[in-house]
Amino acid sequence: MSSRVEILNDGGYRSDGRRQYELRDITIDLSPRGTADGSAMITHGLTEVMVDVFGPREAKLRGQTLHDRALLTVEVGIVPFSTGERRKRNRGDKRILELAATIKQTFEPIVQTNLYPRSEISIFVSVLQQDGGLLPASINATTLALLTAGIPMTDYVTAITCGVHSTAPLLDLTTLEENDLPHLTVASLPRTFKVTLVAMETRLHVERVSECMKIAGEAGKVLHQEMKRAVEARTKRLVQAMDMAPRIGGVGGGVDRDVDMDEDNQT
Amino acid sequence: MITFASFPAPPEFDAYLGTKHYEDNDMEVDLNEDDYEPSGRKLTSPGEVLTSSHAFMRGHGTFVENEEVIASVTGTIERVNKLISVRAIRTRYNAEVGDLVVGRITEVQPRRWKVDANSRQDAVLMLSSVNLPGGVQRRKVESDELQMRTFFEEGDLLVAEVQAFFADGAMSLHTRSLKYGKLRNGQLVSIPPVLIRRLKSHFLSLPCGVDLILGLNGYIWISKLTKANEQEGEEGFDAEAVYSSRNDDINEATRAAVSRVTNIIRVLAAHFVPLTDTVLLDAYEWVIEQEGDIKDILSPEVGEALVTAISAQR
Repeated sequence: MSSRVEILNDGGYRSDGRRQYELRDITIDLSPRGTADGSAMITHGLTEVMVDVFGPREAKLRGQTLHDRALLTVEVGIVPFSTGERRKRNRGDKRILELAATIKQTFEPIVQTNLYPRSEISIFVSVLQQDGGLLPASINATTLALLTAGIPMTDYVTAITCGVHSTAPLLDLTTLEENDLPHLTVASLPRTFKVTLVAMETRLHVERVSECMKIAGEAGKVLHQEMKRAVEARTKRLVQAMDMAPRIGGVGGGVDRDVDMDEDNQT
Repeated sequence: MITFASFPAPPEFDAYLGTKHYEDNDMEVDLNEDDYEPSGRKLTSPGEVLTSSHAFMRGHGTFVENEEVIASVTGTIERVNKLISVRAIRTRYNAEVGDLVVGRITEVQPRRWKVDANSRQDAVLMLSSVNLPGGVQRRKVESDELQMRTFFEEGDLLVAEVQAFFADGAMSLHTRSLKYGKLRNGQLVSIPPVLIRRLKSHFLSLPCGVDLILGLNGYIWISKLTKANEQEGEEGFDAEAVYSSRNDDINEATRAAVSRVTNIIRVLAAHFVPLTDTVLLDAYEWVIEQEGDIKDILSPEVGEALVTAISAQR
């Protein structure tokens, strides 16, 4: 299995000019959208995923209501123009259902659903562009969307793909690399370094797995920093905006309370 | 009596926290000086260890693991004596008994209505907690049960008070006052519930001929002014009028005023400005002075100017 494109050249660079462990650019946008309780848009290089979270709210399907905890539902939509081959996938598509089920399983142990009996938390994932790392991008965006919706979670969930080129592990694969390399997706919790998900669609040598997991865990920490910075910037801005407003019976001061209200991207 | 102890704030911001008492105790919450936000509130996000669970109790938005209190939501840390909680900045409505809410009927069930009130579950309005025609207090009979849809139908908006909670956390509402009941002659706006502060009265009458109901759940009803003589005592309870779904004639000036107030609220919510009667009045005056078109209020520039103007006034 060799491709014409060199995955990792002699200088140690990958096809898009990155080093082995270098991640792609991440942009996070947490501006509110429509009636969603929480929403986030994340880009990992050219992969772009948008997630909207609704809830906890009254469960739409009464039959599925759980009496001791909230129901987590995930729906994934992939726009036809998101990938090279223009192909319309409908909602019943096996791959899409699998992706949704994976995201659901990843978040079920993290979200404190027991606080909201008989409710439903709906997660809508929209994939706008795909260039490898679809699952990790969806998971990261879902974490952020749940956070902006104020849904209690025991930790952040950060996910990344790790592939192996002969013996050299690579992080954050593009589509090109994903097609050629055995790879696995790891979702980890930065606080406890526990792993909530390992997904593998290709065969990977046993001896490489532990190395991959270790590097993916390290990458998770980096992602956590980025995500946390974005979330905290948003919270800070909202808190400041609330403080800026005139208080009932209170007096403001001559303090500079100029807040930039633009929902700018945090990189 | 509970005393509120906030985290010590940098001195120049003390003015804002006039109602809170500081105590210079040394219960160590491991906070660094540079973690403080200018407002004196400290921010946190899930997975962050706040303190030891021996010295403190965990409140909302936290959980205990390995004898440590850990945050589970993003927001501001609040401390009341030994209780540590984290309040999420934007979340669904958390009801409390006595709150005034605006809701929408989603379902009619045997002897009860289900009401969407922006909470984590639909609220319940029992047939026994509404005022029925033909008497102040009377037993609910079978005929009432059969004609529940003549009182409230799916999609109807109503204003009610939170009466109690069920075991699973769902809230029960009541409309047993002439202030409460079905809503008509107006428009609904929905904003984040945190932006609605508790006020002496949530029924506001603006001088521009607009009535306002600020539901604590973030739903706001903006309607034509109801005349005082239409709200009579218990004797004058007129089921016809109270449960009518038909709008009165609303003249153009009132419609304009309602839309103007609606747009102002939308702008303020987009800028995350907490809503109070004074803020609304200031904003309305400012908008009138600008003499712009009603739809222009929603444009980013005007919105920005509006928020700057009202925050400069204080």
